[in-house]
Amino acid sequence: MRRLTWILVALMVATPAAGAVSLNETQLTRYHELTADLRCLICQNRSIAESDVPLAKDLKAIVAKQIAAGRSDGEIKQYLVDRYGEWVLYDPPFQMSTWLLWVGPFVLLLIGLVIVAVVMRKRRETTPEPALDRERLARVLNDDPPPSQPSHKDS
Amino acid sequence: MRWRLVVPVVVVLALIVLLGYSLTRSPDVLPSALIGKAAPAFDLPTIASQRDRITNKDLEGNVTLVNVWASWCVACRAEHALITEISQRTGVPVVGLNYKDTREAALRWLGRYGNPFAVVAFDGSGQVGIDWGVAAVPETFVVDRSGTIRYKVVGAITREEMNDTLIPKLKKLQQES
Amino acid sequence: MIPELGNFALILALCLALVQTAVPLYGMARSRADCLAVAAPAAVGQFVMLGIAFAALAFAFYGNDFSVAYVAANSNTHLPWFYRIAAVWGAHEGSLLLWMLLLSCWSLAVAAASRSLPRDVASCVLAVMGSVSVGFLIFTLFTSNPFARQFPAPAEGRDLNPLLQDPGLVIHPPMLYMGYVGFCVAFAFAITALITGRVDSAWTRWTRPWTTAAWVFLTVGVTLGSWWAYNELGWGGWWFWDPVENASFMPWLVGTALIHSLAVTEKRGIFKSWTVLLAITAFALSLLGTFLVRSGVLISVHAFATDPARGVYILAFFAVVIGGSLLLYAIRAPRFEAGTEPVAILSREGLLLLNNIFLVVAAAAVLLGTLYPILADALGLGRISVGPPYFNKVFIPLTAPLVALVGGAAVIAWKRTRWQAVQSRLWLPLLLAIGLGVLLPWLALGESGVVAAAGCVLGIWAILGALEDVVRRVRGRRVMLPRNVLGMTLAHVGVGVFVIGVSLVTGFGGERDVRMAPGDRVSFAGYDFVFKGTRHVEGPNFTAETGDFLVFDDGDQIAELEPAKRRYNASGQVMTESGIDVGVFRDLYVSLGESLSGQAWSVRIYHRPFIRWIWAGAFLSAIGGLVALTDKRYRRREKLRAPSREHMSSASVQA
Repeated sequence: MRRLTWILVALMVATPAAGAVSLNETQLTRYHELTADLRCLICQNRSIAESDVPLAKDLKAIVAKQIAAGRSDGEIKQYLVDRYGEWVLYDPPFQMSTWLLWVGPFVLLLIGLVIVAVVMRKRRETTPEPALDRERLARVLNDDPPPSQPSHKDS
Repeated sequence: MRWRLVVPVVVVLALIVLLGYSLTRSPDVLPSALIGKAAPAFDLPTIASQRDRITNKDLEGNVTLVNVWASWCVACRAEHALITEISQRTGVPVVGLNYKDTREAALRWLGRYGNPFAVVAFDGSGQVGIDWGVAAVPETFVVDRSGTIRYKVVGAITREEMNDTLIPKLKKLQQES
Repeated sequence: MIPELGNFALILALCLALVQTAVPLYGMARSRADCLAVAAPAAVGQFVMLGIAFAALAFAFYGNDFSVAYVAANSNTHLPWFYRIAAVWGAHEGSLLLWMLLLSCWSLAVAAASRSLPRDVASCVLAVMGSVSVGFLIFTLFTSNPFARQFPAPAEGRDLNPLLQDPGLVIHPPMLYMGYVGFCVAFAFAITALITGRVDSAWTRWTRPWTTAAWVFLTVGVTLGSWWAYNELGWGGWWFWDPVENASFMPWLVGTALIHSLAVTEKRGIFKSWTVLLAITAFALSLLGTFLVRSGVLISVHAFATDPARGVYILAFFAVVIGGSLLLYAIRAPRFEAGTEPVAILSREGLLLLNNIFLVVAAAAVLLGTLYPILADALGLGRISVGPPYFNKVFIPLTAPLVALVGGAAVIAWKRTRWQAVQSRLWLPLLLAIGLGVLLPWLALGESGVVAAAGCVLGIWAILGALEDVVRRVRGRRVMLPRNVLGMTLAHVGVGVFVIGVSLVTGFGGERDVRMAPGDRVSFAGYDFVFKGTRHVEGPNFTAETGDFLVFDDGDQIAELEPAKRRYNASGQVMTESGIDVGVFRDLYVSLGESLSGQAWSVRIYHRPFIRWIWAGAFLSAIGGLVALTDKRYRRREKLRAPSREHMSSASVQA
């Protein structure tokens, strides 16, 4: 009886309620990830994983069926894109129309870091070295202990 | 004036232009992914009988209007009279695609509100609808003589849309060889 | 009668706002003290008028006055009274009124504190805030008047959107708007700095507490939004990168950069024009958020009933206010004495500069992702969706280095820190962080994952780095920590806690989507869930099918959960109420999908480990900000008399 319960439990656990297809553990993970990446086309900005409208249920069933049939994620996404356009993908593929989207933030970061480096260098150049610093430099180079700890009072 | 201080102004100006343009667009109307492509293949029974079948091949040879509807769809009732009118004014046959419905309810609906359709395909599961990129009903497709989808109306057809866009388009396509 | 009174109060508020704007600015141009003195009383008057207007609308809601179109559209006689009051800000017109009321509250606060500011500064700040108020009041009176009447009055209202019938509605928008509007104060100080040409230590000392307060409110507001969505939407998610969520997050990111930049400007007197630019940008993003939410250019589950015509107005307002400010910035910013002291990278100001870069780039990335669908459409690139997968892939690499910096923040001193000093203080926290971070997922959940472990390492590093400083200060010397150090520590520890929560939930959160009939038992995440069936429940304005789930841990019942499917009577909308078993180390979340044949239901069960740490960390950071606000530097009342004011003016010229 326990075995039967176990089997029943396993079956229940492995069946997405949306469809009559059985998926194993890895397939189930793929199913959840894939349905989170696909847009529910008639909802106000929700994935099909997060929606119970009839269209979302139909699409979830299609995804489940195709995963069980062994299709790859790319193939399943292409299947839906053929029918609904790129709009259905929440994860915009990296292509000509989206390169700015993917590359932009990192280019901005690079520009920002370059600006920081340039600004810091310029500041160092425009400030004359006060004479006192050479003494301190000698101390540090000789590894002598400094006369006092650098202050780190308040923020 | 240091020129790099002008960068924020330029950025904001560009942003305003972009947002101003976006106000003229409607983000919730989804254009079809199938415009310019061959109508997706299908082989469905009609609502009249299980034995009669209709396929995408039947759409070739004439300019056709394919109207996706259902008896449970309130907006379909609103555009129903216009469908008849389009068919009468242009002579374009209208093929119905009954989406996720039951035969009985569909036939009853047609009996009650009139039947402008040359033939109605029965897509009980909605799979053909998905193949055609249907997200909600009603939706209407314009298919030309070669069986290529040329235009799609999302939602109920309005009188303005019918007069300004749909009928001229149908007439133009009829003149194409 | 009462709604007309409210409408009239709005008109009077507009007049007062116009006075509050024009007269002090004239007074500044002509150096007329009597004109400057008008600002504070005008602000008080505006607050009173807006208070009256708000009270009038609340009264109309409470009394079910459905002749007011807004009340009829958003309320219902069966709506419980507290939701009726909260419904005041449940839709576009009323939430605008809330915005303006809160703006007048902040103006009132500034007016009250103006005794400790030079008169010209206080009046200029109030004038700028008044100008924003004018814009919103004109918008409200001419396009979105909440007091518009309709005849004949319907007998019953259309009911508040069921999504909003939740305690979250009572607190989330007010907190959020307090944050948005609070950044208007920082913006006003920035404009004042540009007009007077002075950014000195006094200016930063005045601006910092207002900015920190606004930041605290915005942090609380955004966090409440996330918590509310988790409780309400039924899918176990806590952040969706929805355009409206992003609209509140972008000002928060820039606001965080701003509070850190203000610290640098106050301490070292550098980055002045950058700080002013950030203050303008933070408020600009608040206004942009207002535009995005109300204009309908983006699809969102949170968006108000949208109207492009209103969008035109807000965009025009945005163009005038922000375009004007940035033009002013381009012209006047060179007047600020640019600091020429060197900035070492291994110094607090160097670290904060990096902090700013990462935060601003992150905000820009969120903006890019949010607006990209519009951009692609405008450029003819077709319809592209940008959703959570994109944002997660881009945002996390941009902010992970930031969390790494947080760990070193307290240890690295102003001006310069020796690398050896850093090493000697941080090698132990680093080692502990790596060790504990890798072990934490394994100890807490019995699982392992590289990404989650990396996140935990970062989070623990931030916490230990912040605590190291405190330990070092307190050890041996029984001394009270200065409030600002305590605040900083709490805020940074909050960041670490937040990161740990996010890493563990993202890495190890799981879900099951199963069909359950009464009596069925499902095992998941080490717990057993038993479905007892559903029962019919009549609520005040809804009917519900309430499920009954028992949760067992190793045979012991630990919880009874009652998720429900509610059907609201007035609108017919169906809402999913989840049953959540809250725990410090995990949440168990059950929600009903839909009714299936027999008495079975499709049920979704979620396991959310450490999810409370996300909100706990964020609230801890907000508390840290609050503590920093109470620092005694700000509690010193500056009683300015005429001689000292001149002294201050002359001193600040050379700053």
